[in-house]
Amino acid sequence: MAEGKIRVVMAIPALENHTKGYLTVSGMLRDAGMEVILLGNELPERVVETALQESADVIGISTYCGSPVVFGEDLLEAAEKKNIREKTIFIIGGIFPPEDVPNLIKMGFAGVFPPGPGSRREDIISCIRNAIASKKPN
Amino acid sequence: MRKKANKGFNECLPGKDMSMGLAKKILEGDIQAAARLLNCIEDEVQGTNEELKELYPYTGKAYVVGLTGSAGVGKSTLINVFIKDLRKKGLTVGVIVIDPTSPFTGGAILGDRLRMQGHSLDQEVFIRSVATRGWKGGLSKATIGMIHVMDALGKDIILVETVGTGQGEIEVSKISDACVIILSPGAGDEVQMMKAGILEVADIFVVNKADKEGAAEVKLKLEGMIYSRSLAASSTLSEWKPKVILTNALGDKGIEELTESVFEHRNFLTATGELEKRRQERARTELMDTIKNSVEKHIYQATSKDAYLEELVNKVASREVDPYTAASKILRTFTPIVMN
Ligand code: B12
Ligand SMILES: Nc1nc2c(ncn2[C@@H]2O[C@H](COP(=O)(O)OP(=O)(O)OP(=O)(O)O)[C@@H](O)[C@H]2O)c(=O)[nH]1
Ligand SMILES: [Mg+2]
Repeated sequence: MAEGKIRVVMAIPALENHTKGYLTVSGMLRDAGMEVILLGNELPERVVETALQESADVIGISTYCGSPVVFGEDLLEAAEKKNIREKTIFIIGGIFPPEDVPNLIKMGFAGVFPPGPGSRREDIISCIRNAIASKKPN
Repeated sequence: MRKKANKGFNECLPGKDMSMGLAKKILEGDIQAAARLLNCIEDEVQGTNEELKELYPYTGKAYVVGLTGSAGVGKSTLINVFIKDLRKKGLTVGVIVIDPTSPFTGGAILGDRLRMQGHSLDQEVFIRSVATRGWKGGLSKATIGMIHVMDALGKDIILVETVGTGQGEIEVSKISDACVIILSPGAGDEVQMMKAGILEVADIFVVNKADKEGAAEVKLKLEGMIYSRSLAASSTLSEWKPKVILTNALGDKGIEELTESVFEHRNFLTATGELEKRRQERARTELMDTIKNSVEKHIYQATSKDAYLEELVNKVASREVDPYTAASKILRTFTPIVMN
């Protein structure tokens, strides 16, 4: 009867007003059977503290205004400090300069999803599932 | 019916590490260990009960308050300011907020916590979002276990927000010391409450959104209902009469009165011995539920690969055997085995 549900914490940066992306993706993940904890506008440190309390497998960020790289760096650093960086999967989407994409991946994001052909529902879901599978021992 | 686990980190892998060693860490106040055990309870990971067994002697200290009411009356917003007031009084707080699982996809959007994010950096406030995962009555199956974990973690008071469907989420009264029912003006849910038997389980009523028109009328109506009920009951003098409190959760108004009322009610329960009685009832419910779950799980595991079960299912379907006889056959065949 055991049912290991994937738990996702979803947030947007503190001053972000674009909520459609994050709500749309949250709906997609729910429809894929995941449990999505909505945080709304948040600061990196508080996203991490929440993910820790919620024992989330995934942290998702949606950003349209402001640098995803800066937010991402702060997020990963906070996660490192709280000792959840290794176990957590980080994904990010929204609209930002294309040159940020490789940087975000290098930094440690398992998936980067700007609008376009690589950001369909299936892409996002399989990215999460694969990342979780690759964290399993053996 | 049976879904395969689709994830498995080290700590949650069945069988991998039978002694997870979480209980010890939780008793030392390790939040991450507590959070992890909450996952294990929800996912019914093997070895979870061993951890809970270790924690149980350290539980029973926390005061549990259930909060329920129709969707959108402001439960989460009210809890947010309630936490603030409890913290001001030096209490540590655990919060369990429950939202429904989609019956179609098994997924869930958990949006209660959104209203309480101001407390996210306070180490003395532990908030956990929970999906019902098919459980009825506005709670989740894991709720009681989760309360134990927060209790053992040392939280003084634990708040439980039920799903708000307005269908009488009175289940929460069975797992809490005090039950707060929240209404708001314009929701027209007073009649609903009478139908659902909510009046009987309410220890405190809150009329939230007092900044809106009609709040005073709702309060008056409730007081009328409480009054006529106390007349109807063979009113023993010691009986608690539920308070009705007006709050404006957004404007942070009326919250101290709510806190006071919760404390006053607790004093009443303690003085009359009612608290002990309630906790005794709770222990009974939990024990019976645990027996039920264990038997169900055991039978399920014992029969799932068994042709005998299928045979009986077919016979019941074709009216060859009735379900009552079939059930006792199965129980007789499979229950003598020692269970853990
Ligand atoms: C709607 C909109 C608004 C609305 C937002 C309403 C709301 N509640 O969301 C309003 C009017 C408020 C708005 C305001 C502004 N906007 Co605007 N807005 C848009 C618009 C038209 C659509 C964005 C949208 O909601 N798309 C719907 C989502 C579902 O689609 P999507 O973004 O493609 O999402 C996909 C992926 O990005 C990905 N994804 C997104 N998030 C996430 C998260 C995760 C975890 C994952 C895995 C994937 C993922 O998955 C989705 C599905 O494939 C875009 C232009 C455009 N056509 O895209 C501009 C746009 C985003 N806005 C822009 C700007 C500049 C602004 C303003 C600053 C304008 C101004 N000068 O005032 C303000 C900003 C206010 C603020 N501080 O945030 C710029 C951003 C520039 C940039 N980043 O390069 C854009 C691109 C317009 C432009 N071409 O200039 N905006
Ligand atoms: N005017 C007014 N609005 C309020 C008050 N309290 C909450 N709200 C608003 O009511 C809406 C619902 O609040 P929530 O706290 O999410 O309500 P809830 O009962 O937890 O909702 P569910 O969990 O979905 O059942 C939000 O938009 C709040 O801002 C209040 O006292 N006055
Ligand atoms: Mg709520």
